[in-house]
Formats: sequence, structure tokens, C-alpha cells
Amino acid sequence: MPGRGTSRPGTGPGESRTGRDATGTGRGARGRRDRGARSVDPRVGSRGRQRLEVLLFTGPALVLFALFVVWPIAKALQFSVYRWKGFGPLTDFVGLRNYGNVLQNEVFTGALVHNLVIVVASIAIQLPLGIAIALLLNRKMWGQGLLRTVVFVPYVLSEVITGVVWFQLLQPQYGVVDTLLAAVGLDGPAEGWLGTPDRALLTVLVVLTWKYLGLAVILFLAGLQGVPDELFEAAEIDGASWGQIQRRITLPLLGPTLRTWAFLSMIGSLQLFDMVWILTGGGPANSTTTMATFLVNEGTKRQNYGVAAAASVVLFVVALVLALTYQRFVLRRDLDTDGGRR
Amino acid sequence: MTATTERRGAPTRPPGRPASDTRGTRTASRRRRSGGGTPLVYALALVVVAVTLGPVVYGVLGGFRTNAQLAESPAALPNPWVMSNYTGVLTNPAFWRYALNSTVIALLTTALVVVLGMMAAYPLARYRFKGREQLFLVFVMGLLFPVTVAIIPLFILVTRDLHLGNTWWGVALPQAAFALPMTVVILRPFLQAIPDELEEAALLDGATRVGFFWRVLVPLSGPGMVTVGVLAFVGSWNAYLLPLLLLQEKTKTLPLGVADFSSQYASDTAGVFAFTTLAMVPALVFFLAMQKRIVGGLQGAVKG
Repeated sequence: MPGRGTSRPGTGPGESRTGRDATGTGRGARGRRDRGARSVDPRVGSRGRQRLEVLLFTGPALVLFALFVVWPIAKALQFSVYRWKGFGPLTDFVGLRNYGNVLQNEVFTGALVHNLVIVVASIAIQLPLGIAIALLLNRKMWGQGLLRTVVFVPYVLSEVITGVVWFQLLQPQYGVVDTLLAAVGLDGPAEGWLGTPDRALLTVLVVLTWKYLGLAVILFLAGLQGVPDELFEAAEIDGASWGQIQRRITLPLLGPTLRTWAFLSMIGSLQLFDMVWILTGGGPANSTTTMATFLVNEGTKRQNYGVAAAASVVLFVVALVLALTYQRFVLRRDLDTDGGRR
Repeated sequence: MTATTERRGAPTRPPGRPASDTRGTRTASRRRRSGGGTPLVYALALVVVAVTLGPVVYGVLGGFRTNAQLAESPAALPNPWVMSNYTGVLTNPAFWRYALNSTVIALLTTALVVVLGMMAAYPLARYRFKGREQLFLVFVMGLLFPVTVAIIPLFILVTRDLHLGNTWWGVALPQAAFALPMTVVILRPFLQAIPDELEEAALLDGATRVGFFWRVLVPLSGPGMVTVGVLAFVGSWNAYLLPLLLLQEKTKTLPLGVADFSSQYASDTAGVFAFTTLAMVPALVFFLAMQKRIVGGLQGAVKG
């Protein structure tokens, strides 16, 4: 980040007074330049003292981060090449065999496919719906503020609460969803929406949409606030219709928000655990397993720590590859323009 | 859906009204830009509200019914209204224990995140030293690591090595650690935006840089700290996976309690509705009060 001079040619503390005076009196372009090129930093006592302060300030955070983030991740890497049931020393080195097991395990590859389906479907469903609702709520209307609050409510509830409530609503026969369907002459599946293997994933997707659509709407609404009014005025003077304005101006200018939201949604979909665990536990017949439910299952229920660790590494690599690809091809323009502004 | 909205929406702007009429005020132009509320717009908004709130309201009302009522006509209103489900939960000591655990863990997490995050962001924002950007990058990299990836070793570390399984700290510490990257990423630009002149003035007046941090920067950073604090609180309050592995019996949090209750009394639908409703009330009240902050934090996160 080029903003504040990152490289500071070392200078003695004695000169600092001059440096400060220059900055204090300099105005406009001169002041700016002085600030950027300020080779003498009045704020630093000695280098040793500065180093001590940096250490004291960042130290606690770094220790916590190293202990609870870096170390466990390094451990996961280590576990992934051992056969380990969770007790005794790590002795049974198996190389990449756990990875082989994971990648050949149909439950895991199925989980990977489910995760990817959820990634694509979440974006494909929530993006158009989110934009439509954001445009709707962006119109001046009575109760607008209340509406925006309401839309956000599902996002505020925990996934567990959402899952438990929806589980009850989706109960076969006597759940309210089936009752409402019956009222219009439709029958729910006999085993229930969550009990039928070829419907369960779709049902999970519906619940996920309910829970996370509000986040998309709120973010898109915020993006809409950032679009300058002048553009709309100009377009209107030129005789553009509401629809044309949305297509030609709003959507393109909303681009960065949409792309960043899609990125967050993607990462979240890959890590999906809570909702699935509550709604289906990965079933029926593994039709809704995700990589996260797979690895928790392997680790806690079967004590296959090596396999679980390998699965978690695969999950991370998939997320990383997807994130980097996305950044390379989609996010890059946003980052570029951002860098230019700074 | 979009298409109809657009087409119907277009004529709502009176074509006769000249643009220059309202050009003067900003609010007026905003109103024009956003279109107005036609009956169709209100109808669509109602659908959105119904779909969004429907399940929540159904759950709340369900708590006022008996299981017999629920089985007989699942879509009806409570008749008569039954209080016993709610009073049952409110007199259940386990519920209050879950709530207490959730509160304490969320507060610990929030305090850790805000204090350590502010401290870490300060030099990263306002000091110039070799390796500053690299140090910042360490935190940015942390964004890439979900708790899921590290969950098994984390479980072993907390329970076996640190003997913090079943304790408030055992959950708060890792949660804070995983929330730190986002916190630092949000706070750094915030601290950078505070004018240099203030710092120079403070130093001229004889303050040390540490003194500047405590006396000027921390008071000025209130909004930023509230944002990251609320985000940390939300994350901790709603967390499931980590507490699921680390907490048992007396230390369980509300999400664990809800999950337990719903599987233990699966057939008592009305009871489950009452339990989940009461479990969501404190969160809803707190989060709706803080809504602006949560949204602000998310926007900050999106702008990254």
C-alpha cells in the first residue's frame, strides 16, 4: 500500500524538529509532499523503542492467532499424513494414503459435488432475487425502513435456530408446509422434504436462500446508495426508462458489490456445516453431506483423525483454488481500481 | 419478477413533471430515482415480508398452541392460547444456564477481539517499520482459514493440551483468534483515516505514542470498535461447530441447547417452538438495536 511512506530512510532523532515544522506550516501540495517524503518521523523516539512498542501492541494478537489458528492448521497438515485414532503418539505414517482414501471415498466426492452445487445454486438463486428485492426496497415507499429491517431478520437468527424451525415446518404430513400444499391440492413427498434423497439437497438450498437472501439484499441496497444521483438525472433527462436505467446504470455500477458478495457467498457455501447438520445430519443416504459434515463425522464419531484432517486440507485447497481463480478473473478489476484510488 | 416490476414501475414517474422542477434538492432527486410506491410495489413488498417473517411468526405462535392443536390444523391460529410451553421453558433452569453461557462466552470473545484487535491494528496503521505490510499480510491470510479446517486439532489442543474443554475460555479464545483477521482488516483503514495532524499535535503537547493511543485514538475509534465488537458478538452468539465439540452439559450455549431440546423432544413440536422462540428473542432484540452497526460492519468487510 503506497499511501503512507513505507520505506523511511533512517535519520537521527535530532532532525525531527525540522521535519515536524515543515509539515506543520506546509499547506496544499507542498504539505502533501512533505508528508509523503518525510524522511524524519517526529513521532518516533528511537528505533529500539518503536520496535518494542510494535511488539507490545501486536504481540498479544499474534500469540492468540498463532496458538489457535496457525498451530491447529499446521497440526491438521501433520495429522493428514498419519493414521491416527486420537490416542497415543503419532507413529503410523501413511504418507498421502489418507488423501487417497478421502478422494476415492464416494461420500466425500459426493460431498464435494454438493458443496459445488450449493456454491453455484446459491449465487444463481440469490443474485437475481437479491437484486430484484433490493430494487424494490430502494423505491420510496411507506415503511421502507421497517421493510429493510424485516428482510434482515433471518440473517440475524443463528443457523441452528433457523434449522430447527424449518425442520418442524417441513415435517411430513403434519408440518405446515405440507398442510399449505395440501390446501392447494398438492402432496408433499411421503418421506418428507428432508427425508427424500433426491429432494433433500434442494430443500436445504431453499432454507439457505431464506436465511441468506437478506444479507444479499442489504449489501446490494448499500451498493445502490453509493451510485451518484447525477447519473440517474442525466439518464432521465435523456429519456431513459426505469428499466433501461437499472440495466445500463445501476447494475454495472453495482458490479463491485455483486462480485464481492458472490465471493463471500462462495466461501460460505464451501464451509457449510451448521444448517446441514441440524436439518439432515448429511442424510438421507448421504444426499446432503458437505465436506465439513464429512470431516466432523470422521473426526468425532469415527475417530479417524487422519482422514478427517486430510478432508479438511482438501476443503481448504478447494476453497483456496476457487478463491484465487475468482480473484484472478473476476475480482481483479475491483482490486485494481481500488489500488489506484488509494 | 424483475421484468414486471420494471415495466409497471416505469409509468409511476409522472412524465409531465419537468426534471428541472426538483433538481434543486437532493432528496427530491432521490425520490424520483427510486420510483414510487404503487399498489404492485406494495403487494410485492408484502410477499417479501410474508415469506421472510412467516416461519418466524409461525414458530412464535406455535409456542402458544398445544401439540394437539398443531396436529389438527397446522395452519390455524392458537385457540385457545396456551402459555404452558413458554412458562415451561422460562422455568427450566437449563434454558437460563444456556443463556448465561452464551452471554459470557460472547462477551469474552468480544472483549478479546476488540482489545487485541485495536492494539494490533494501531502499529499496522500508524507506525512505519520494516515488515509492516508483511505483518499485515499474516492477518489477511487468516481470512482464508475457516475454523472448519482446523477444527479437529483445535479440539485436541483445547481439551487435551490446555485442559480448557468445557470452559468459557476454551471457546472464547479460539473464537476470538479466528475473528481477529477480519477485525484487523476492518480497523486498520479506520485508524489510518484519523488525521496525522491530531497525532502531531498530541506529540507536540508531550504525549508519547502510547499515550496518544489511549487518550486520542481509542476514544476516537468508538464507531469502529463497536462495529467489530458487534460482528464478533454475533459470530460468537450464533456459533455452533466449535461449542458443539468443546462444550458439554453445564457449559453448553443456546444453539447447542436448542439443538438438544429439539432432538430430545422431537415430538413436542409446540415445546420446540417455544424453546427456539425464547432462544431467538435476546439475539433479535440486541441485533435489531445494533442493526446499523452490523450492516455497517458487513459493508466494511465487503469493501475490504
